[in-house]
Amino acid sequence: MLKINDLHASIEDNEILRGLSLEVKPGEVHAIMGPNGSGKSTLASVLAGNEDYEVTGGSAELDGKDLLDMGTEDRAREGLFLAFQYPVEIPGVSNINFLRAALKDIREYRNLAPLSASDFLKLVKEKSALVELDGKLTNRSVNEGFSGGEKKRNEIFQMAMLEPKLAILDETDSGLDIDALKVVAHGVNTMRSPERSFIVITHYQRLLDYIVPDFVHVLYKGRIVKSGTKELALELEEKGYDWIKEEVTA
Amino acid sequence: MEVLSATDQKKEAFLKGIAAACETPLSMGATQLREAAMATLESQPVPTTRSEAWKYTRVTRLIGKTWNKGEAQENATEYFVPEVNGWNIVFVNGQFDAAQSTMPDAAGLTVMTMADALKAGKLDAQWGSLTQQQSDWFEALNMAFATDGLYIHLEAKTAIDRPIYLLHLTTGDATAVVSRNFIQVEKGANLTVVQHAVSAEGTSAYVNIVNEHFVADNAQFNFEKIQDEAGEIYHHSTEWAEQTRDSRYDIRSITLQGHWVRNNLNIRVNGENCGTNLYGSYMPNGKEHIDNHTMVDHLIPHCESNEVYKGIVNDKSTAVFNGKVFVRPDAQKTNAFQQNANIVLSDDAEMYSKPELEIYADDVKCSHGSTTGQFDEEAVYYLRARGIGEQSARMLLVQAFVADVMDAISNDALRDYCLNKLQERASA
Repeated sequence: MLKINDLHASIEDNEILRGLSLEVKPGEVHAIMGPNGSGKSTLASVLAGNEDYEVTGGSAELDGKDLLDMGTEDRAREGLFLAFQYPVEIPGVSNINFLRAALKDIREYRNLAPLSASDFLKLVKEKSALVELDGKLTNRSVNEGFSGGEKKRNEIFQMAMLEPKLAILDETDSGLDIDALKVVAHGVNTMRSPERSFIVITHYQRLLDYIVPDFVHVLYKGRIVKSGTKELALELEEKGYDWIKEEVTA
Repeated sequence: MEVLSATDQKKEAFLKGIAAACETPLSMGATQLREAAMATLESQPVPTTRSEAWKYTRVTRLIGKTWNKGEAQENATEYFVPEVNGWNIVFVNGQFDAAQSTMPDAAGLTVMTMADALKAGKLDAQWGSLTQQQSDWFEALNMAFATDGLYIHLEAKTAIDRPIYLLHLTTGDATAVVSRNFIQVEKGANLTVVQHAVSAEGTSAYVNIVNEHFVADNAQFNFEKIQDEAGEIYHHSTEWAEQTRDSRYDIRSITLQGHWVRNNLNIRVNGENCGTNLYGSYMPNGKEHIDNHTMVDHLIPHCESNEVYKGIVNDKSTAVFNGKVFVRPDAQKTNAFQQNANIVLSDDAEMYSKPELEIYADDVKCSHGSTTGQFDEEAVYYLRARGIGEQSARMLLVQAFVADVMDAISNDALRDYCLNKLQERASA
């Protein structure tokens, strides 16, 4: 599904990713943890095609296609989805019109016939129920005046609508209360399938009780320095990152 | 013999040209108005950028040219916005085209040319009373030389659902069009008028249109002004409105394109409990120049005005917004709101925005905001990250930006037309 090899990326001449490699196979859930500033969100941004970052080396392929060569919209059309850490408010653009435009462009790219108006609305109803997103919110301007939790649920709602191959959740759990966290996790778990993969970026092990990962990686100074299973997350929660840093510098 | 300066010579030549193009102006039948207007034209200099009201808008080219009378024949069919479902009334180069017009046949509604109205004695003391309050040079030019226009009168307690759709088509080379409308909506009546100015690519002209609107007690008047002129058109457009108690005056000024446009909108809120809504949008491309000057004059207590102007300024174009709000000493409990927001798309584009609030009453709520910025690139990225192409993303954001102005347009077909045109321009 996703193959990242020796990826280097910088922002304003600051190298953040320094040779990151990662392989995600279909159906797998990978959690990426790490101390602040280790490059977790940079990885998400670089994969999604944020032009603020410059890729200076390495490769990233989605199902054999060179991701780094594609524009942001084409990555999304190929099936990559990023749930943003800080979803953008777009006054005046309704959630519904936004998703209609997105689905239209994605389906066109994949040579699929456009959804009928009634099929589209059915999908909206079904998927918004999945994350318990109020019907009123789906008609409001994108993220405008949404609470933190509503914004995050809206990200998962969008993910459910667009049905990506690979979803990257960038700290979707940060700042969520336990109820909202369960809702988000339920949305993600419902979407899990043998064909769909997830990269879950998080600070906190708590999320991984609800979205159980197949692998846990520790990112430090722009590289994956340790990989393990879900037990690694528990160990990190208990011991912090200092022992990892020591291992790396040793 | 008196020797004229170069500037005065230019003014003389310009006026001579306009006088020749407008051989039989309406003011021939109104001696006092004509004399006052001619006196203003003679005694005052042509405005220059040294005067505050014309600081960013030059009239040199317009004055330096000789303008002529245009032909009166041209098929206007293709210029109408479809499905507005109004009574279509066509003026070609300022001249009424009866063959292409459908006069309204609704009870209580009188629509005729200004020339006919003048002959019929319908233009009473109110005619010219608003424009004369301020001796603006170009308004005086209009008073002196306007050849014709549309007279509309709606009787009290009459509601007309169907809009009157006035199309001003300008054609030819160096054509002068000086036109003047007079609209009176009596007590408790309800009317919508669309004024749509158009011209084809390759046209060059000077167009000066003045509107006088009188909105009586408890009446509602909507004025939808659409400017969509291709070619090299110098377009001067003035509305003077007076509303009295419990009335509502709504105007939309949408400039879809225009080589050089100056809009003056002046509203006297002269009665309690009035509602006044001014919405505007402009999107200059290329080297276009679009200038909106508005003035809301609150004279009486307990009124509310709401003004929203939104602009997207591209290429090497210039836009100007100047919004004056007066709250006179008597006008306590006034609620006046003004917003001007602009997006500048290129490094060479210029936007001059100036809110001017003059408040002489002490128990009022007035607010204004002026913002000028770039496209929200983060929003573009967010939309693209959901698979929306960059061009569609920008169009969505343009739509969102002008939505409050577009949604205010009272006719759906007109609204959709304007929105599509603006989006086309934004993605061109």
